[in-house]
Amino acid sequence: MTNVLLIIFAMSLIYLSIANRLMSYVKILAFQGILLFGVSFIELGEMNPLNLTFILLETIVFKTIAVPLFLNYVIKHNEITREAEPYVPHFISLIVVTTIVVATFLLSNTIENVQLNKVYFVAALSALFTGLYLIGTRKKILTHVMGFLVIENGVFILSLAVGNEMPMLLNTGILLDLFITVLLLGIFVNKIGDVLKDVDVDQLRKLKD
Amino acid sequence: MNYILVAVFLLLQWAFTIYEYNHQNIVEFDYFLPDALAILLLITASIIAVPAFYHSYVFFTKNEDNPRNRGMYYASMVVLIFALSMAYLSNHIAVTWIFVEMTTLSASALIYHRRNVRTLEGTWKYIFVCSISITFVFIGILFLSIAVQQLGISDLTFTSLIKRAAELDIFWLRLAFIFIFTGYTAKIGLVPMYTAGIDAKDKAPSPAGALLSSVLMNVGFVGIFRFYEIIAQTTLHSWANNIIMISAVLSIFIATVYMIKVKNIKRMFAYSSIEHMGIVMLGIAAGGIGYYAAILHIILHSFVKSSLFFQMGQIYRVYNSKSIYDVGNYFKYNLTGAMVILLGFISATAMPPSGLFVSEFLIFRSLFEAHYLFVLIFVLLLLTIIIWAFGKNIFKLLFTPAVDFKDENVEQIKPYESISQFILLGLVVYLGMNPPLQMVELINEAVKNLPL
Repeated sequence: MTNVLLIIFAMSLIYLSIANRLMSYVKILAFQGILLFGVSFIELGEMNPLNLTFILLETIVFKTIAVPLFLNYVIKHNEITREAEPYVPHFISLIVVTTIVVATFLLSNTIENVQLNKVYFVAALSALFTGLYLIGTRKKILTHVMGFLVIENGVFILSLAVGNEMPMLLNTGILLDLFITVLLLGIFVNKIGDVLKDVDVDQLRKLKD
Repeated sequence: MNYILVAVFLLLQWAFTIYEYNHQNIVEFDYFLPDALAILLLITASIIAVPAFYHSYVFFTKNEDNPRNRGMYYASMVVLIFALSMAYLSNHIAVTWIFVEMTTLSASALIYHRRNVRTLEGTWKYIFVCSISITFVFIGILFLSIAVQQLGISDLTFTSLIKRAAELDIFWLRLAFIFIFTGYTAKIGLVPMYTAGIDAKDKAPSPAGALLSSVLMNVGFVGIFRFYEIIAQTTLHSWANNIIMISAVLSIFIATVYMIKVKNIKRMFAYSSIEHMGIVMLGIAAGGIGYYAAILHIILHSFVKSSLFFQMGQIYRVYNSKSIYDVGNYFKYNLTGAMVILLGFISATAMPPSGLFVSEFLIFRSLFEAHYLFVLIFVLLLLTIIIWAFGKNIFKLLFTPAVDFKDENVEQIKPYESISQFILLGLVVYLGMNPPLQMVELINEAVKNLPL
């Protein structure tokens, strides 16, 4: 069952590469939050209940509801145009992201030990590189933040893979997730929005040599 | 009120440093171990903290500011110094990581101090790049934990990892090294993640910039060095050396390119830091005497670069500009400051009697002994270009009269404001030429885990 969810997660990454409107990005992020909820619910059954509740709340309340709502608010509040404005055509993005997924799949086949479920590895690493790719090829600061959120989702999956044995690492990862997301979104997107109005990377290009 | 609290903090910091020096190699609170490297860098940080607060005080007397921003500034600086002291002392890979994250947060508050669009841009880039890199480090830690779990242990302290390093799975260790190294390059300032640090050092007020480009870079070094100690026990050692070597040479190359091109003096100092970190990493990769020289180099570099950044504050007060086109004839306006710049230039380019000459010489010797002859020649060529580019800008600043510069209202800088920089630069000469016995012992102790 977790495998199915993780494969859907990887597919959502591919959809992310060709999504055109900011709202689709927000919806995909919310959807990924639900998927992560499912995975952690099934996978971490044997964990102590308090910790499990914390993790489940993080996925469902934070990743699925709060962050998308807030992104939505930022888009409306700052009157950001609805297109994602990539630098490269969707077709190329599609090929690149597919290549990323295939490459991580091939890499995972070189793993010999059985300690780690390979699907986790594939989903996590492809989310990581897709996130980096999105950051590199999109124009808006908000899409950069969304790329970062995708990376965070990947990290979450990876920490689930080791979570049963080392709950301390899993919790640290979640705290990192909460902390950085609040920092990036709460303080900066708001601040930048107030100062610059149209949040576009091009306006943050003055510092260079 | 701010100043009383800051003074109390400095006293506590020094008391803490002396306490740790006397309690060497005793584990504290399960996660902290004041080993030789930690103590060396902690003493460095405590020494630089004193002039940093003094120059911040000068900075606030010259710039109008509201109490709220000033309180925020001092609070962030205190948190920054606290967090990096803890990051040095930490013996647990995840605890180091947490405190490194804390340095990002406090440093970004310092960068945003002036609260305009440019500083906003610098802060945004710094936070974003550091967040990504800190996530990379976390992924590396996760991979490492997979390897550790296979041995049936769950202890991620450096001491136990070094002991059992040889048994760890190569595949996971390799992935972990790539991610952790890439992550910490944002802090230490190497290719590929060096970019954010440059803007940060440029946009932060100069006393804060001095901390960012000296002791904060040492945090990145600690992160990489402690994991390198683990890798050095395994068969991956030479592979890791190659990775570090590539990153170091590329960093020096990038620093050279930008040193030629750059027109902003503060950014030029920042690129010079990139170059020095590249040299430090060359020493680590070459091994042998290079380990010793690398640690000596990183300590001395902290003193040189912080004194140059403190002086930068005075240059800005004289010319109200950081651009090389607007400055000139600095000897005429601020004699003592110009002496600092000249001595700082000699120190930073590693000419004798600067202590950096000794460490750089030892690093080149180790490169030669490790048969990296082509790397050595290439790096020496790049360093020559750097000295030329650095010197060109510094001599323009010192001697050539500035175009269109009205010198009626030039602020007179008091000579005693430069004392701290003379002390720091003098320390570089002293520690390089005649290192105290305790320091040599500490450095040798710090590299004792590495194979020769």
